[in-house]
Amino acid sequence: MLYSEKVMDHMQNPRNLGKMEDADGIGQVGNAKCGDIMKMYIKVSGGIITDVTFNTFGCGSAIAASSMATELIKGKPLEDAVQLTNQAVVEALDGLPHHKVHCSVLAEEAIRAAVEDYYHRQGLDVPGDCAR
Amino acid sequence: MYVYADNAATTAMSPAACRAMEPYFQTIYGNPSSLHSVGQRAAEALEEARAKVAKWIGAKPEEIYFTSGGSEADNQAIRSAALLGAQKNKRRLISTAIEHHGVLHTLKQLEREGFEVVLLPVGPEGIVTVEAVAAALDEATALVTVMMANNEIGTLQPVEEIGALCRERGVIFHTDAVQAVGHIPVDVGRQNIDMLSLSAHKFHGPKGVGALYCRKGVSLRPLIEGGAQERGRRAGTENLPAIAGMAAALEEAATRLEEHQSYVAALRDQLIEGLSQIPHAKLNGDPARRLAGNVSFCFEGIEGESLLLLLDAKGVAASSGSACTSGSLDPSHVLLALGLPHEVAHGSLRLSLSAYNTPQEMEHILSVVPGIVAYLRDISPVWEELEKGVRTHVI
Repeated sequence: MLYSEKVMDHMQNPRNLGKMEDADGIGQVGNAKCGDIMKMYIKVSGGIITDVTFNTFGCGSAIAASSMATELIKGKPLEDAVQLTNQAVVEALDGLPHHKVHCSVLAEEAIRAAVEDYYHRQGLDVPGDCAR
Repeated sequence: MYVYADNAATTAMSPAACRAMEPYFQTIYGNPSSLHSVGQRAAEALEEARAKVAKWIGAKPEEIYFTSGGSEADNQAIRSAALLGAQKNKRRLISTAIEHHGVLHTLKQLEREGFEVVLLPVGPEGIVTVEAVAAALDEATALVTVMMANNEIGTLQPVEEIGALCRERGVIFHTDAVQAVGHIPVDVGRQNIDMLSLSAHKFHGPKGVGALYCRKGVSLRPLIEGGAQERGRRAGTENLPAIAGMAAALEEAATRLEEHQSYVAALRDQLIEGLSQIPHAKLNGDPARRLAGNVSFCFEGIEGESLLLLLDAKGVAASSGSACTSGSLDPSHVLLALGLPHEVAHGSLRLSLSAYNTPQEMEHILSVVPGIVAYLRDISPVWEELEKGVRTHVI
């Protein structure tokens, strides 16, 4: 099989799917022309990501990577969430085919964009170790 | 229910083709080049198969060269015609933007070797005009190669007219007929074809075997050097089981062509009608001038690979011109050649049917596609932008 069972599971039964009306931070990355757009919504309380949802336009691994990334940051402090690497997403999915690794990079970037949006909305500077 | 709707990729073998292969594994296993009787029986079978393939495309047996498939036939035809042209200082090769990669990549390589390649555009329906070919033809043209039927969008090209034009101008005309042979009537004489590629597994024959027709009088160079098989044009011991299977499959397909064509076209139209009900969906290619088995759609706001995976989970095997299915970043060159924007081309779905499909299977497809498209749109930020008017609907 091209994809691991975990990828297929997250593709067919995505976790934390959908829009969030009262999000504290929203991050959108990717480009429709290239066939991948990810949008992450986060709810933050006391520096903790209490809820996270996503919407994705893209291939199976893009949907699976978004879904897995939300699971990995839910309930985590913002500082931890922005440390999430694409490699961690790939490993949690039991691997992605080589030409699909960029989907996990998008997931990492989408989370960082949502966290940055949160800081901006709060009128705060993005902490040094969060900015890129 | 599991519906196989990817017959343009490959087909199930017909029972008759399977039976036709059987004797050449353990009974008549001789090498057709051997002088002993088991070899000579194999040689006779090889020539019988050649005569059958020739007959069903209107050629003479000595004009048929067996190959490993459509890609090899394309490579050999184009390379051979280019070499022949170069000897007369003719270095222009004319083709279209929607050819199969077997043709396009061969042309690209020849371009690197100093040939001039002209890829003609197609209209929004995916058909090249004879006028465009005529305008591109000049004294330096070595070859015109235009596919008979497109593999992605099923459009039928005006091959007979292009062939007539090339004949009149003394230019070699090759056609990649991989998607056409066994599905639409093919007659190399009537259609003015000098060279034609065909592939067995597209008409319920075995994989790994095809043929190149090369008209008597047109010189053909080998791609593979070695023994004197195929009259010195294709070295290597002939794959007789596969060749016998191909001949049987072609005979069966050609004998029942009209019956199959109208049956499959009815299935196709059932799908097209049903899928057209989905909002912001578009049929790709020409509604009338298309293969009986081809259904190609674009759905705005979604990506094709995820559509395929979800369809597979619901028991439908299909294909897409999405970038993600090819491993490249660009969607299908064919869909882009129709003038579709990248983001729309990413949302393509190809359902390709054969006589083995049934109306009940079409109902199953129609019962699952709209729901999956709606689900993927529901989770798509692109669709959200389309709905909000931030992004403009194209289809």
